[in-house]
Amino acid sequence: MAQVSLRKIVKAFEGGVQAVKGIDLDIDDHEFVVLVGPSGCGKSTTLRMIAGLEEITSGDIAIGGTVVNDIPPRDRDIAMVFQNYALYPHMSVYDNMAFGLMLRKFPKAEIDRRVKEAARILDITLLLDRKPKALSGGQRQRVAMGRAIVRDPKVFLFDEPLSNLDAKLRVQMRTEIKKVHQTVNTTTVYVSHDQVEAMTLADRVVVMNHGIIEQVGPPQELYHNPATKFVAGFIGSPAMNFIPAKLEQASGALRLHLPQGIMLDVPAARTARYQAHAGKDVLFGIRPEHLTDDKPTDKSNTAPITLRPEVIEPMGMETLVHFKLDGSEVSARLDPATPAAVGAPLSLIAHMDQMHLIDSTSDKVL
Amino acid sequence: MSATVATNRDMPSFYGKAGSLRSERRWALIWAYISLIFSAIILLTPPVYMLITSLKTSGEIADQKGNPWIVRNPTLENYWELITNSLFQGFFINSVIVTLVVVALTMVISIMAAFALARMRFWGSQVLATGVFLTYLVPDTLLFIPLYQIVGGLGLLNSIWGLVLVYPTLTVPFCTWIMIGYFASIPKELDEAALIDGATWPQMLLKIFVPVALPGIIAATIFAFTVSWAAFVYPTAFITTPDQMPLTIGVVSQLVRGDVFIWGQITAGALLAALPPVIVYAFLMDYYIAGLTAGATKG
Repeated sequence: MAQVSLRKIVKAFEGGVQAVKGIDLDIDDHEFVVLVGPSGCGKSTTLRMIAGLEEITSGDIAIGGTVVNDIPPRDRDIAMVFQNYALYPHMSVYDNMAFGLMLRKFPKAEIDRRVKEAARILDITLLLDRKPKALSGGQRQRVAMGRAIVRDPKVFLFDEPLSNLDAKLRVQMRTEIKKVHQTVNTTTVYVSHDQVEAMTLADRVVVMNHGIIEQVGPPQELYHNPATKFVAGFIGSPAMNFIPAKLEQASGALRLHLPQGIMLDVPAARTARYQAHAGKDVLFGIRPEHLTDDKPTDKSNTAPITLRPEVIEPMGMETLVHFKLDGSEVSARLDPATPAAVGAPLSLIAHMDQMHLIDSTSDKVL
Repeated sequence: MSATVATNRDMPSFYGKAGSLRSERRWALIWAYISLIFSAIILLTPPVYMLITSLKTSGEIADQKGNPWIVRNPTLENYWELITNSLFQGFFINSVIVTLVVVALTMVISIMAAFALARMRFWGSQVLATGVFLTYLVPDTLLFIPLYQIVGGLGLLNSIWGLVLVYPTLTVPFCTWIMIGYFASIPKELDEAALIDGATWPQMLLKIFVPVALPGIIAATIFAFTVSWAAFVYPTAFITTPDQMPLTIGVVSQLVRGDVFIWGQITAGALLAALPPVIVYAFLMDYYIAGLTAGATKG
């Protein structure tokens, strides 16, 4: 068990490409942190630097208070689960899990106890004699996790462990990983490109983009208070709508002027926060779930908006409706009972207490 | 869904094409069999003729009358004489010793070299890997003169240990190349997992790479075995005393006396000499193909 801290970590590859551009991050003992971002954002490189599989160009990585920059992976007391499982194909499940302990010269009885305990936690006791090729993808990933658990390391590192699984199994294994973490409680750094995985698993999510950290925070905070346009757009599915708007002063209150003459009143509670930006061009951000049917009981802090649906996607428990507002794509999550028809005007309301304003030049959320 | 079905029904040409694919396949098979039979005849005629000759007495071989493809009085006399001949036994033992030592040396060197070249990224490893392969392209007929100087300088002329020294120049480059290809096809995550599990480089090689690359290792072993068993130029150049000769030159040099060719024994000896590689191939063919193609298909 240990803290992990990253100080001004830079990774430049041959040819001068900077994959990671000086990031700082502190991960607490027992914490489950997910690094999330689009491909090429530097999240896997960061993880591999923590593992010692990638050299650090500059900066310091400390595990449990010890700087590990020059310590080889085997002496960092970490365990890693790879996307493609990386099981040793010629060894049985038991031997795959025992391998690390055998190399570290653990007594046989202790190895046996740990392997069987991990197998019990992961429900793979009946598979211990099998070879990896006789296992399904989900079972292989369990074995890979077992291999990490038996080592009882200071830190677990997961590199997109669910990306090779089909959608249904991915959800199952996600729950499994969370359960395992609740049981063994080891500090965990988990890399994913899937924001749903990040939101569901993490104590704290680290959103990365272009080699820098955009924002670090608990999932709910990232969802409700994104710091930048990138985070606002990356967290949440479908993504937040961004509509160019002008923030106007209207007799003591603020009002958003959207394309097609749509006017939305900014709630009084936000006036002080946005006052300095009155008269400026901004981006109005609102999540699809905050554009709803025109029938809430409490209409405070809402603003009516009428749009013509372009595409309607019924999902069963909800219906996604897509609109076009000048150049911007706008989507809304509606009650399936809403009588929406392509091309026909549809009255919606925007929950303005959930709105975001983004500075169009700096992309910072105001 | 129904629209899709209707579209398929409206496409008779699609089914017509399926029929033509079937007949195309049939013709392809016919041609494949014709060419296979043709090449089998060409390749098998010499050994079959050798087998026939080896079963004849010297008198029958010399007899100009009758069909040479038919054995009138089959005999194992040629084989018996060779097997009981201590000189021939010596050739056989020499071949076995040289081959076993060369194969062992080759595999140790080429597995370690290939592991280093394929996995331990270091400056110049790419150039070195290409260089290894280029040395394989230099034929032994070009190398035996300088090698004669070296082997002679070391006092190893007329000794099977001279052959043990020079055969790896034929086997190591190609075996290393096969092993590089095979090791490269092993996912990088496997060594990373081993590194994190606590393996040192030698442990990773012995406990992960060697077992996983076994088909490749077997393929390389068969190659090294065949090359050292069948080597002809080097022993011809470096060995002149019969007690140090391997089978390949022993059979030819000792059974041809002046202009007298003891054909029955020559053919019997050649067939006996060819037997070990045939047995090895028969048992390990699948591994051999798997090993060669694994390296080949990896981009």
